[in-house]
Amino acid sequence: MIDPMDFLLWTKGPMFDWAIAIFALGMMARLVEIFMLGRKPNYAEPRGSEWGPGFRTILTRSVADAGTFQRAPFNVVIGMIWHIGFFIALLLFIPHIELIYSVLGIRWPGLPNPAVDAVTAITILAMIGALIHRLRNPVMRHISTFEDYLVWTVTFLPLMTGYIAYHRLIDPYPLALGLHILAAEIFLIVLPFTKLTHIFTVFIARWYNGAIFGRKGVAS
Amino acid sequence: MAYPKTLGESLRAHGVSRRGFLKFCAATASMMALPPTMTSAIAAALEQARRPSVIWLSFQECTGCTESLTRSHSPTVEDLILDVISLDYHHTLQAASGEAAEHAREEAMRENFGHYLVVVDGSLPGPDANPGYSTIAGISNYQMLMETLEGAAAVVAVGTCAAFGGLPKADPNPTGAVAVQALAGDKPVINVPGCPPVPMVITGVLAQYLTFGKLPEMDRYNRPLAFFGQSIHDRCYRRPFYDKGLFAQTFDDEGARAGWCLYRLGCKGPSTYNACATMRWNAGTSWPVEAGHPCLGCSEPKFWDAGGFYDALSVPPGNTGGTLLAAGVSGAIIGGAAAALAKRRQKGDEAQRQPVKIDELEQKL
Amino acid sequence: MTALPGIPVFVQPGCGPGEWGNALPVLHEIRHALARLAESGESRVIDLNAMPFGPGDEERLLALLGQGEIEARLNALGVTEIRETAVPGVWLVDHRNAEGERLVLHIEINTVPDILRTQAPDLRDAVATLDARLAAGTSEFPPRPDS
Repeated sequence: MIDPMDFLLWTKGPMFDWAIAIFALGMMARLVEIFMLGRKPNYAEPRGSEWGPGFRTILTRSVADAGTFQRAPFNVVIGMIWHIGFFIALLLFIPHIELIYSVLGIRWPGLPNPAVDAVTAITILAMIGALIHRLRNPVMRHISTFEDYLVWTVTFLPLMTGYIAYHRLIDPYPLALGLHILAAEIFLIVLPFTKLTHIFTVFIARWYNGAIFGRKGVAS
Repeated sequence: MAYPKTLGESLRAHGVSRRGFLKFCAATASMMALPPTMTSAIAAALEQARRPSVIWLSFQECTGCTESLTRSHSPTVEDLILDVISLDYHHTLQAASGEAAEHAREEAMRENFGHYLVVVDGSLPGPDANPGYSTIAGISNYQMLMETLEGAAAVVAVGTCAAFGGLPKADPNPTGAVAVQALAGDKPVINVPGCPPVPMVITGVLAQYLTFGKLPEMDRYNRPLAFFGQSIHDRCYRRPFYDKGLFAQTFDDEGARAGWCLYRLGCKGPSTYNACATMRWNAGTSWPVEAGHPCLGCSEPKFWDAGGFYDALSVPPGNTGGTLLAAGVSGAIIGGAAAALAKRRQKGDEAQRQPVKIDELEQKL
Repeated sequence: MTALPGIPVFVQPGCGPGEWGNALPVLHEIRHALARLAESGESRVIDLNAMPFGPGDEERLLALLGQGEIEARLNALGVTEIRETAVPGVWLVDHRNAEGERLVLHIEINTVPDILRTQAPDLRDAVATLDARLAAGTSEFPPRPDS
């Protein structure tokens, strides 16, 4: 039987360093590659600027357009719910804020614990709903790959284990906390090698889209 | 030397009345964290209990655990020593010294072989370590422990050092310190950790063993569940503030003065199991969190190496910022190299590109 | 870092009815036990040592329970103070050792605390005790004027 305290100290110590290292290395490699490969030079004369529309599109694309919403309302709504919930649970929970402060040196105010707890519960349910939808909807089932189920799992596990740890549903607490930290580390390790990179690339992609249209002088 | 009288007989011989005995049992029940309804069961058990010999071995320790024991009020240590146990060997508390002291130990072991209780405080250099780091009466701690354990009925490891290795075992562990349970073989071990343990917990565990003659229910670390079954977090009087998300940010700020939760100041309460929150210290006067200081987690293994005392529980102990930076830079280099290679290959391909005209294609086809 | 004398001290004013802290659950426990005592005669003892009280909780609890009519002292292995609270059936039994330090504070919900009663083993030997005192000498029993 693994010593729970040893397990916790391992997840907080060497394993955390490894996870952060793999995450940073992988993510930086991808990003630098993307930026350095850049775009083909466009020899047409620009009709408008790129930067304004680029940044504006980052924001405007956060709302699904009417057509998408009509075709896949469940995906849009559930997706919004669990993404926002995930960010709240990750960034507005005081123990997480302390962790980020210790690594990056920046901090911000958080939400009361019961609020984050409620949001987490809703997020977990929404994610389960999303999985069921993916399994039952014929189109989604057809186009889903192993990677889709993998990223669902590595995203779901930190939420579930975090909820379990907060409510101390596993005894002793060092084991529960260690499992949560390990789940988060697995998420970080898997991230740069899967579509989870969209966390960063979605903003780049939106900027490019807006920039292309903006250069052509088209509203986007 | 164990007395042939039972404890009940011995107390009556001391002139203790029935009510006095009941009062003693009520205090003992409270100390053992048993409900008051158990008082009569304890009275019945203590009536029949015999006074076993206790040999106390002190190794690499700061004597804080003995200090803690002598602050125990309920019952007083003198009561415990005289009436309940027969403390035949203890460096700090015994009157004898030198050869006479060692002789007392050996005699107690011989006369009570198989029945005496061994209490250990402090960790000790393990069998592979240099024994010179800690010796008593010319022999190594390890040798003394192994000799004394031979005829022991059970071992009580008092304090985090004896239970888990404690401070001597903290990184880099220069003395090769080990915990008692690593060396006890199949002897029953009760761990009473804490740095030091709550005084009444020490006497409570001893009283529990001596009253019922068997090991209490213990957790995976061999700690009695009666005292170590609940986390500090679950019994902390400041828990409502944690639940509401009201935290002190620094010492002596507004939140700290209002008595808010000390999580952000490094409290290890959530992962620490001990009785401080309920039994408190100095006969129930107060305890660290009540005094405004975050819990250190001192009854848990490796608590010295478990991260800064003033870093929140969620904060990793290492230099993660540095790792992040180094890995990021390495990633940038790798990504840059990959992109540069790709671009060069692209240029090479473009240079070697052989344009084809439609006529040539039609001729080929 | 302010010097110790420079840290101001604020005295907490008395709390209102909404600030019972952790004394409130104990009050509820007493209430339930009292109802059971009135209904079925079943007594209960609550050990206050095991309560996660914050500063002032115990004082608030005892202040609410108040003072009754009876105060008794038990002299055995130190003093034990037994007093009835203003709530009938709720007693405080404060065991202290020979140095006056508190061993345990019990709240006993009973018609009379068990430790006040004459104990059964003592009663069995009672007649023998009385006879021993008679035999020890008449000085123990000054004759009454009208005997």
